[in-house]
Amino acid sequence: MRTPRLAAAAAAALATVLAAGCSTSTGAAPEPDAAAAQSSAPAGPVTLTYWTWAPNMDKVVEVWNEAHPDVQVTVSKQAGGDDAAAKYLTAAKAGNPPDLVQAEYQMLPSFVAADAVADLAAEAAQAKAAFSEGTWGQVTLGTDGVYAIPQDSGPMMLYYRQDLFEKYGIEVPKTWDEYAEAARAVRKKDPKVFLGTFSSKDPGSFAGLAQQAGAQWWSISGDAWKVAVDDAATVKVADYWGGLVKEGVIDDQPYFTPEWNKALNDGTLLTWPSAVWGPGVLASNAPKGKGKWAIAPLPQWSAGENVSGFWGGSSTAVSATTPHKAAAVRFATWLNTDPQALDLLIKEAAVYPAATKGGELLTEAPEYFAGQADFWQQAAAISATARGFTFGPNVNVTYDAFKNAFDKAVQEKSAFSGAVRQMQDATVADMQKSGFQLAQ
Amino acid sequence: MRTRRSGGAPSGAAPYLFLLPALVLFAVFMAVPICYTVHLSLRRTKVSGLGLGKGSRTEVFAGLDNYTAAIGDGELWAGWLRVLGYGLMVLVVMLGLALLFALLLDSAHVRLARFSRISIFLPFAVPGVAATLLWGFLYLPSLSPIRQVLDVDLLGAGTVTFSMANVAVWGGTGFNMLVLYTTLRAVPRTYYEAARLDGASELQIALRVKIPILLPAIILTTVFSVIATVQVFTEPTTLRPLTNTISSTWSPLMKVYRDAFVTGDVYSAAATSIVIAAISLVLSFGFLRVVRDRAFGEG
Repeated sequence: MRTPRLAAAAAAALATVLAAGCSTSTGAAPEPDAAAAQSSAPAGPVTLTYWTWAPNMDKVVEVWNEAHPDVQVTVSKQAGGDDAAAKYLTAAKAGNPPDLVQAEYQMLPSFVAADAVADLAAEAAQAKAAFSEGTWGQVTLGTDGVYAIPQDSGPMMLYYRQDLFEKYGIEVPKTWDEYAEAARAVRKKDPKVFLGTFSSKDPGSFAGLAQQAGAQWWSISGDAWKVAVDDAATVKVADYWGGLVKEGVIDDQPYFTPEWNKALNDGTLLTWPSAVWGPGVLASNAPKGKGKWAIAPLPQWSAGENVSGFWGGSSTAVSATTPHKAAAVRFATWLNTDPQALDLLIKEAAVYPAATKGGELLTEAPEYFAGQADFWQQAAAISATARGFTFGPNVNVTYDAFKNAFDKAVQEKSAFSGAVRQMQDATVADMQKSGFQLAQ
Repeated sequence: MRTRRSGGAPSGAAPYLFLLPALVLFAVFMAVPICYTVHLSLRRTKVSGLGLGKGSRTEVFAGLDNYTAAIGDGELWAGWLRVLGYGLMVLVVMLGLALLFALLLDSAHVRLARFSRISIFLPFAVPGVAATLLWGFLYLPSLSPIRQVLDVDLLGAGTVTFSMANVAVWGGTGFNMLVLYTTLRAVPRTYYEAARLDGASELQIALRVKIPILLPAIILTTVFSVIATVQVFTEPTTLRPLTNTISSTWSPLMKVYRDAFVTGDVYSAAATSIVIAAISLVLSFGFLRVVRDRAFGEG
């Protein structure tokens, strides 16, 4: 007698709570927001939140806030990398994204596909002139829309230990064949030392190397996506590195681990094919190498060529649901094109600006590269040779497949082209499952 | 008499008022999330065309598709197999050590009992991520003092499971030891005196008196450990950046995380997590069913 009644009462209470919970979460929440937006827009100052992981961005934003009392921006510091994108997508899905977000170029299509960022074509038209065509293409995805304002870019170059290259009597490799030869030579001179390492944890780096070789992982033809992660150029790059790993002439430890830091510091790792943001990483991860590293263009696939790819680089996107889109675009445009802002980005946030004007502002070589006075001139020359490709709407799936497949290939010393095929299969399967139109 | 009657009578809302906080908390933090997970697991996104631009992505009802996909996914079962191997190691070693330490600390002769108890328990106070990073650094070839003595790749394909189990054992033994030890302390000393009078040695007392008395506590710690093992996530996730032997789907829960937050498919992640919940329920209740009579039947 007692138990059933209690259970019924409990169920009733539960139902009430559930109903109350549901009704508040579905009905009430969005309305005051929209109402507040409409009433506050003309009255008080507009406040915007901005998610970014660039260091010292709050100092850059302070300058804007002082000059623009009507649009106040608050920086919310984020962890970088894949987690940042996942967090933003989750927040957008939950209905409370920030107004502005730092978005890596390769994640932008995923943001667009999830309807999480606004099309800025109408508001951002005048910003276009500040960027090169290739950079601007990264934020239009080859469509009529504009989904972000480019912030920084990551043209790839070869970082190498100048002092140890001299010690071992190695020339800076001009082609990948020479790089392989140099790798073998180094092993012969000192079996503890590696010329380089292949990281199975950094799909962005691999994508950049594939871009250099001319890969086109995604492209849009008409109303359909074409996916070619396993195109000939990518397979060539994969098998090149796979061969070197199998031969044992380059190392297979991932980047950004304590092991890797140690190798950079103690001179048992001589090169790092990386991007223009490398100085910051080297300075913090390999402080002992200060003044000993230098940059050169990436080795080429055939002699006489001069091309590079991109690793990383990011843009400032505006959330699809912000009530202050115009103000947000105004801020994003200032941040990434205004000379004063670019100067601050360089000095405070250690950003290599994507805007063409940014290059002129970079004159003094980074402290870490004191030995290479023309660091930025070299970087600018290399930057002009970098080519990217269109990223697809599920890069995260492709990148996750990269890590799992290449981890395994490195471990089993199996052919890297097999891993590339797994990336392709995972990418296509995911797009088919979601219902994307695919061209064959 | 009086109190009993008034308690039995329908005396109004008081009991429900007392229940309310618990019910509200249960509803908000358990029932609603679980219902939402079930709801999500029955849906999926449908993309049209390029999937770019407004309204090209809609959420549709998917029926049981996510469940059939989750159950049919070989990687999930491979993950279970890896976790099974890991779990067996952890369960046997951790609970074995916990039992051994509890018995040793409880025996009359041990010195420095307080100090030993605290030092065995202390690792439990270290958060899992910190513990794993700490051990991770000890495993890395060129940083590790272990590697200077022992020439084994502790993060290799064949050894990484042991290395991970080691972290779990290091962190979990203390807690389980404490549960067993406190149970032992609650046993009246007269039992042991009686056994001693009958001529039992310390070893015989441990095997024939203490362990049978401890059985319910051993079962309890086993169930807790089974549940913790099924949910293993922290150790492999934290070690993953340091080695190429741990995939993003190494354990079932890692696969859920991967699906939900890396590849952005919360729907199949929801279905997989419900499958995992069902399996861990079956495992823990199955275990309880098997041992119930032995543990609680005899009294």
